[in-house]
Amino acid sequence: MENYIIEMLNITKKFPGIIANDNITLKLKKGEIHALLGENGAGKSTLMSVLFGLYQAEEGEIRKNGQVVKINNPNDANELGIGMVHQHFKLVEIFTVLENIILGVEPNTAGFLKKKEAREKVINLSEKYGLRVDPDELIEDITVGMQQRVEILKMLYRDNEILIFDEPTAVLTPQEIKEILQIMRDFAEEGKSILFITHKLNEIMEVADRCTVLRKGKCMGTVNINETSKEELSRMMVGRNITFSVHKDEVKTGDVTLSVKNLTVASKTHKNNAVKNVSFDVRGGEILCIAGIDGNGQTEFVNALTGLDKVSSGAIKLCGEDITKSSIRRRSILGMSHIPEDRHKYGLVLDYKLGQNLVLQRYWQKDFQKSGFIKFDAVREYAEKLIDEFDIRSSQGPDTIARSMSGGNQQKAIVAREIDKEPELLVAVQPTRGLDVGAIEYVHKQLVARRDAGKAVLLVSLELDEVMDVSDRILVMYEGEIVGELDPKIATVEELGLYMSGAKRDVVKEINDGGK
Amino acid sequence: MGENNQVVKNKFNLKRITHSKGFSSLTSALIAILLGLLFGLIVMIFAKPDSAWAGFKFIVLGGFKRIGDVFYFATPILMTGLSVGFAYKIGLFNIGASGQYTMGMFFALYVGFMFDLPGNSHWIVAVLAGMLGGMLWGFIPGFFKAFLNVNEVITSIMFNYIGMYLVDMWVQGSSVMYVATKTRTNYLPTDVQIPSLGIKGSNVNYGIVLAIAIGIILYIVLEKTTFGYELKATGYNKFASEYAGMKGKRNTIITMLIAGGLAGLGGAFAILAPSGIAGSSMTYEPINIIAPAGFNGIAVALLGNSHPIGTIFSSIFISHIQRGGTLASLVGFKPEIIDVVISVIIYFSAFAAIVSTAFGGIIKKFVGKKKIDDNSKHNINEDSLVEKSDNNIKGAE
Repeated sequence: MENYIIEMLNITKKFPGIIANDNITLKLKKGEIHALLGENGAGKSTLMSVLFGLYQAEEGEIRKNGQVVKINNPNDANELGIGMVHQHFKLVEIFTVLENIILGVEPNTAGFLKKKEAREKVINLSEKYGLRVDPDELIEDITVGMQQRVEILKMLYRDNEILIFDEPTAVLTPQEIKEILQIMRDFAEEGKSILFITHKLNEIMEVADRCTVLRKGKCMGTVNINETSKEELSRMMVGRNITFSVHKDEVKTGDVTLSVKNLTVASKTHKNNAVKNVSFDVRGGEILCIAGIDGNGQTEFVNALTGLDKVSSGAIKLCGEDITKSSIRRRSILGMSHIPEDRHKYGLVLDYKLGQNLVLQRYWQKDFQKSGFIKFDAVREYAEKLIDEFDIRSSQGPDTIARSMSGGNQQKAIVAREIDKEPELLVAVQPTRGLDVGAIEYVHKQLVARRDAGKAVLLVSLELDEVMDVSDRILVMYEGEIVGELDPKIATVEELGLYMSGAKRDVVKEINDGGK
Repeated sequence: MGENNQVVKNKFNLKRITHSKGFSSLTSALIAILLGLLFGLIVMIFAKPDSAWAGFKFIVLGGFKRIGDVFYFATPILMTGLSVGFAYKIGLFNIGASGQYTMGMFFALYVGFMFDLPGNSHWIVAVLAGMLGGMLWGFIPGFFKAFLNVNEVITSIMFNYIGMYLVDMWVQGSSVMYVATKTRTNYLPTDVQIPSLGIKGSNVNYGIVLAIAIGIILYIVLEKTTFGYELKATGYNKFASEYAGMKGKRNTIITMLIAGGLAGLGGAFAILAPSGIAGSSMTYEPINIIAPAGFNGIAVALLGNSHPIGTIFSSIFISHIQRGGTLASLVGFKPEIIDVVISVIIYFSAFAAIVSTAFGGIIKKFVGKKKIDDNSKHNINEDSLVEKSDNNIKGAE
């Protein structure tokens, strides 16, 4: 008999209107990296929540080292040595790194914290595994990548031996992804067992030993990675063949849709400008991609472009109209759509129903209101249309509270809303973040469809594959400046990487002026 | 007892009703009230064991004998309750309802004394002036919040004091309004008093009718119009509403204007109510005390779950308890004890949200269990699932 540390046998978990897990069996060997693959809404997070004690399964049992165990809450899971890094981190923003790590298991004598001891242990752990953090920094001041390291240290501090990573790479830069994958390998070598939830096939092929695939709540089987291929995995996951490359026909570019001239945006965190003297045009019928490592001014640039933040100097023209100081509503009416980077902060009103969210920018239009009263039937009809077209999965259709939907489906709802506005210019920031391959393929197709319709698309992405596959033209942003313009048909990923890291730069200004 | 009947009725339809969202807020409010009453009884037993039960009966049932008064006293707290609840829906805590109420009252008084208008138009103009006064006092904290990002709680608390002292000063400085020997305002002319509803021995007047109508209008505005959609979106997530092109700053100011106007109307309704004694009227005593109506409004809004319709019922309930409480003095309870008991009841009622998770959950679980026993084990335990999804736990992924 094989040595399984965790066995989840015949797990069934139902929600109103949906069977999230239907008779799923997952066996985790000691010291392996076991990937859990599935589309958005396939039941991966639910299954892990059952293991972590957040949900109780209606049927099935969990065994640890062959013994049946009952996990009623995360504390039980913790006692069994199960730790989890959630997709959305669970950290106290105003606490320091150290305080967050010891939260809940604070070492103390008679109620007084023994921080010194804890600090030593944290520093030891962080040195041992190369998890660089400063114990005294506040969570709100550190990067997403560092926050994730804090979450990992939390598990290590609790001496967990079964580590669940819920889409750990979704929010990381390419370099950070490399680091985290290496860290996972180190853990496995040390005998820790890892459950790795993801829908990035490359990462699975790179680090995992075995992979269990879920589709629509059902288990499609477990395969050994060295006996399978990306294509086979994706077929198991979505039930059809997926094309990894994006098919694009030649399209003649039209007139200039968006023109950015010498745009400078002040930074909110430091004295320097976040965006420095950026100029470029986007024409109808092209997908222009702004590539770059996270934090090089893309967010500030997009906020200024879409009207969320003020411009320091420079000018923005959309379809011939100067919109540098226009309201967001005016930009929207002129034909700007915006898929925001942070879907929870900007993209959705989480406490509103899905239907209400789908008309977030259009509720005031004639189709949806009559003399100030919302036409609920029209909203519902429209929502059902989008849900159908974009395959947005939720438990109660238009009446689902957005907060209760899975991250991928929330993203799909935003994409649906923004694309269905039929914009002249679609500003898509990380539009496929958190989506599975099937949904990514769909979103990419939609972006290309906008382009084929002769409209402009401005894509801001951190994913190198996406940058190379989808765009017609690439601008690389480094420290707030455009440092290079590349043609994805000619350029290589390595070259792109050099520009992104600031190792190489062109004088791009002339190119832009030439285009004008 | 009214509440008991409702509980029984709810049990009757429990299975169907537990699925509705309104159910949990209704049950929690009812259970909170029952707990509050129970605790109030205990306090009374400690205070005066002999007549505790008799006094308690007065508190619970006494109001039914004075329906007119119940509605009369409900009017101002209904308006301040609507004010607090409305602002809360948009994510603002309007603790300044007292100041707005006082300001509204002063504006109404001013029109009552200083203007001479024919017939019904006099009281109507006075009521509108009261609304205007409240709106002014709501506008300022709203403006500070929107453009200077000053927390509305701090400004509106300060404006409670500023409003109260200003009004007291203005009232005392006017020989037309103020009777120095009696330290109160003069009697208002009859034509500026709101017409009575004609219930004998009570001051109940058209104010309550208007107040309830306003509550219903607020409900419609919040739930059915684009304006309400926009305001609520701003309250839930100001970033997303800004992203969607809504004007957050404008909405904050409009919200505080409306909230202030509602509280101001409360003040006008209170001071312009007709007096049962011919030739007299309601009066205001400028004695440097912040109007309690504003704070009662917070309790009313909490008990009503900030929902306009819920607020209508909760204001009537609280008024009912208060009226009954005054009757308890008939069996020898000191007014202070009655105040304590009423406070306890309101206090418990304010716990509605907590009670909801504790007791509401137990009730739903109970129903859920029964269902499992009834059906085979393979059926889904729907009720407990509803509860889970109510708790906003992330759904299926």
